[in-house]
Amino acid sequence: MDPELRELYQDLILDHGRQPRNFGPLPGYSHRLEGVNPLCGDKLVLYLKVVDDRIEDISFEGAGCAISMASASLMTERLRGRSVDEAMALFDPVHRLLMTGELRPAANSEPGDENLGKVRMLAGVSAFPSRVKCATLAWHTLRAALSGESKPVSTE
Amino acid sequence: MTGTPTGLSQAATSNRRPIETARNDFPILDQTVAGKPLVYLDNAATTQKPRRVIDSLRHYYEHDNANVHRGIHELSERATRQYESARDKVRDFINADVREEIIFVRGTTEAINLVAQSYLRPILAAGDEILITEMEHHSNIVPWQLVAEQTGARLRVAPITDSGELLLPTLAEMIGPRTRLLAVTQVSNALGSINPVADIVRLAHEQAVPVLVDGAQAVGHMPVDVRAIGCDFYAFSGHKMYGPTGIGVLYGRRDLLEKMPPWQGGGEMIRSVSFEKTEYNVLPHKFEAGTPHIAGAIGLGVAIDYIEDLGRSAIECHEQDLLAYATGALARVPGLRLVGTAPQKAAILSFLIDGLHPHDISTVLDREGVAVRAGHHCAMPLMARLGIPGTTRASLAFYNKPAEIDALVRGLLQVVAFFNRGRAGG
Repeated sequence: MDPELRELYQDLILDHGRQPRNFGPLPGYSHRLEGVNPLCGDKLVLYLKVVDDRIEDISFEGAGCAISMASASLMTERLRGRSVDEAMALFDPVHRLLMTGELRPAANSEPGDENLGKVRMLAGVSAFPSRVKCATLAWHTLRAALSGESKPVSTE
Repeated sequence: MTGTPTGLSQAATSNRRPIETARNDFPILDQTVAGKPLVYLDNAATTQKPRRVIDSLRHYYEHDNANVHRGIHELSERATRQYESARDKVRDFINADVREEIIFVRGTTEAINLVAQSYLRPILAAGDEILITEMEHHSNIVPWQLVAEQTGARLRVAPITDSGELLLPTLAEMIGPRTRLLAVTQVSNALGSINPVADIVRLAHEQAVPVLVDGAQAVGHMPVDVRAIGCDFYAFSGHKMYGPTGIGVLYGRRDLLEKMPPWQGGGEMIRSVSFEKTEYNVLPHKFEAGTPHIAGAIGLGVAIDYIEDLGRSAIECHEQDLLAYATGALARVPGLRLVGTAPQKAAILSFLIDGLHPHDISTVLDREGVAVRAGHHCAMPLMARLGIPGTTRASLAFYNKPAEIDALVRGLLQVVAFFNRGRAGG
């Protein structure tokens, strides 16, 4: 099998794709936002329970490919318990990782960079330009939800 | 014509070019993708172009390029002659009555929008109905929704069975006194189902309801005779029948087209213009405002020549053989389920595989050189009706080989093994 495919579909990604964590509606949420990728029809709903600028709880539901499910699942794991500022600060480094497969050089690193944790496992998506949006959908939805958007987010 | 659309309505004649070698006419097919021979199975999205079509575009721009119907000079006369000759070829190809019934447009989508805005909008009143079916492509849904919004008319949707067949008795019941148009696809792009369009037209005409047939997926793959079908409008695209992109055809019955107002204004579509009043040109020019896609129309004409050399019945037979082979071969993939199993089918195979998403499947297939389509196929309401987010779709053309179906199946077996690794018991 193609090495780039192995890099993309690592065991951890397949595991999160099959059994997404934090899956399902979140009772008592403070933010709820829909994200859609109109190109493929993938759709997810992100729930956040923000208390005193801290993400006390987070979940999502929806249907999509292994990449979009795993990306959302890993995101929710990463963000539970973080501050809203920390979560927002992660967007750029994650976006860069998914687009280029690279983290910012250490010399220029910003606070978010070292906080990616297992989200780094999605770096392989950068070799598949037609799949990048599958991975960014959850993060676009997150940023819009925390910015107070109420209209569904689209990757287009 | 009706009832047995896949049958041999015209026996393939023996002096035709053999289909088996026609693959060599398509230069693009001879390449590798990701180090593997390209297996192009996305023909419902667009077909590849034979060298003759490609050469005709180049020849036109290198030798004959000029604007049509205007210049009093040799090049303009050549361009006009070839452009209008392409119209005659289209007329013959679909057996329209007269050349004035052939309107060049950008594609199926534009053809349907033209009918929606020029034919239907002026006659629609609030409460009138437009009837479509659950298997329509977005391009045969949204133009009607737009005109319905503009007029207060209502869009009604005839149901299909789980296997992807229209329910004709139900359809017939839905044609009522307020129905102003029935729009139906001849072949479903997502399921492959072939609809008995001549029967459908008869049902509609019994109640004096005109019918538009979306022929995008049919016209390059089977004989099409608009007078045998009896439809009032027929829409198709050049690029799905081995011709260029950006050119397509609206066929309309002359008496209807005569009554319809132009839908775009500009040059070419006028007879005389003053600031007080403009007189419109005659058919077909009334509907061809602006400089048309001259090269595209010429290329479409050459694509028609090419198809006729092979013979549409021969193409249809060959594709039916490929469909039968592919249907059998896909059954070997564990967990695969075909979506769309109507008895009358074109060579389009949509499928699901247990636990796997179409996008993940097609990403892996792409690395095997196999090009398929994944997703909703511009038929989101159909996917919703079937309760699925989308499918993976292999759509065939006559130049595909059984060996390519084998490559697809090998790829799918790898997909299943790859994604099921580490699964309990797997």
